[in-house]
Amino acid sequence: MAEKRPLSPHLGIWKWQVHAITSITHRITGNGLVFAGLTAFAWWLVAAATSQEAYDIFSAFAGSIFGWILWVGLSWAAFQHLLSGIRHLAMDSGWGYEIGISRLSATWVWIGAVVLTAAFWALFLLAGPGGI
Amino acid sequence: MATDFNSGSDLKRVRGLGSAKSGVHHWWLQRVTAAGNLILLAWFIASLILLPSLARSSVLAWLSSPLVAIPMLLLILSTFWHARLGVQVMIEDYVHSEGRKLLAFIALNFFIFGTAAVAAFSVLIIAFGGPRG
Repeated sequence: MAEKRPLSPHLGIWKWQVHAITSITHRITGNGLVFAGLTAFAWWLVAAATSQEAYDIFSAFAGSIFGWILWVGLSWAAFQHLLSGIRHLAMDSGWGYEIGISRLSATWVWIGAVVLTAAFWALFLLAGPGGI
Repeated sequence: MATDFNSGSDLKRVRGLGSAKSGVHHWWLQRVTAAGNLILLAWFIASLILLPSLARSSVLAWLSSPLVAIPMLLLILSTFWHARLGVQVMIEDYVHSEGRKLLAFIALNFFIFGTAAVAAFSVLIIAFGGPRG
């Protein structure tokens, strides 16, 4: 064949679509949750078990601007990974492989994650502990 | 025509040297721990909202109940296990040198078991009578 046809996978000619972005975001949020989330979670528990001074150091970090960026980021990552994971479980059962449904479910993962993150922080700040 | 998924040669099949029948074990545990994470994380998120404050005294009082310490230990087990399986797949996908892959697996296991042990031991200290400090 004279014409050189593109080979797949060919990163340069991929068109990014919502299901592809959802897939790679699942991996990115998962790994972020492991190395930032679980580490911070363990730090919180160790600080509580150690002493008031250790907990004060954690609280100072947790209540700082950087801490708030981390908590909001982690909570969004958790909801995004959770909803994307439920989508994966549904697809494991054979559901949702049609292109329209796949695109729609991926879109709803993003909408749902933002809604759940906003709902969590609204409840946390208004009906819950209120601060860190 | 049904697809024949048995790709081994006839000789291999006769000798019984096929798959070790554990090919889906990793995949399956990833799903089981995902379901565990879903339930336990829902409990944890609800608990965070219901806590009166995140001051240390409030957190210690909360964690000293077995009804909290036990799900917390299960949450640690389920999330760290799920994390280990997930990061392992990422390493398998992106690290192609066998030596570096081995080092990455060892580092991952040290991180997972080390951090999980620290987290679980902290819960146990609080649950079994509280910290000294």
